[in-house]
Amino acid sequence: MSLWEFANPVRFMALSGKVLPWVIGLTALTLIPGLIWGFFFTPEAVNFGNSVKIIYVHVPSAMMAINIWVMMLVTSLIWIVRRHHVSVRAAKAAALIGVTMTVIALITGAIWGEPMWGTYWAWDPRLTSFLILFLFYLGYMALWAAIENPDTAADLTSVLCIVGSVFALLSRYAVNFWNQGLHQGASLSMDKEEHVADVYYLPLLLCLAGFVLLFIALVLIRTRTELRLVRLHRLEIRERMKDA
Amino acid sequence: MLELGKYADAILSSWGATLALLIALILVTWRRSVQVKKALHTAEKRASGNG
Repeated sequence: MSLWEFANPVRFMALSGKVLPWVIGLTALTLIPGLIWGFFFTPEAVNFGNSVKIIYVHVPSAMMAINIWVMMLVTSLIWIVRRHHVSVRAAKAAALIGVTMTVIALITGAIWGEPMWGTYWAWDPRLTSFLILFLFYLGYMALWAAIENPDTAADLTSVLCIVGSVFALLSRYAVNFWNQGLHQGASLSMDKEEHVADVYYLPLLLCLAGFVLLFIALVLIRTRTELRLVRLHRLEIRERMKDA
Repeated sequence: MLELGKYADAILSSWGATLALLIALILVTWRRSVQVKKALHTAEKRASGNG
């Protein structure tokens, strides 16, 4: 069985309908305990005091903002190469979730920045590239809304997605590329020496898993809605042609 | 009661903003899904009625 068989909207609707309740259940089982653990049961940090609790909403949302754009890039490339409608509709469905994650990361980062750095905002490489990523998300959604022909909209938004990927990668690696700016390095790393202490790391991993599952649940629901809209649009056209 | 110390405002506002945005996103997604499902159901019924 080929992966491309799921590009068939009917197959996708059938499979996603079966998977969705499990994903929603797993989201609740990871996100709610993760957030409760992070907020109520983690100790003060030596450097950050209790403000370390912001890490449980800031880091997962920032990681999701970048990774959702990467997912949109992959699905857009599939559209460009193989013209599968499900993939480009999934990219469109993910955009609102991505922009919400970006706004959360920007707001929580600014609020955390004030007590730590003495300012809400600095033109630091990571912060600036993140702001540009946010503008790309807005541009992507505006382009979908502005173009009437769905195939043309899909082509142009896919190109925009490829261009915006530069800033998604810069947001992720800016701290490594430029050894300057206020933002600290990665909080999560495969290297045990580099990441935060276990007492913060385990609830952070649970929150991150919760955010990933929440994204999967929402993107499945939104993609299903998008595919239903395509079908609705076709039925309306057919009806209009019959009336004419 | 949980003691958040001098960072209470920063912690509560960032968690509040996050939860508000996530709940809004979930509600918008759910509402749109229900609306479109209903509209498609009506359109399909009409189409099958017309033959």
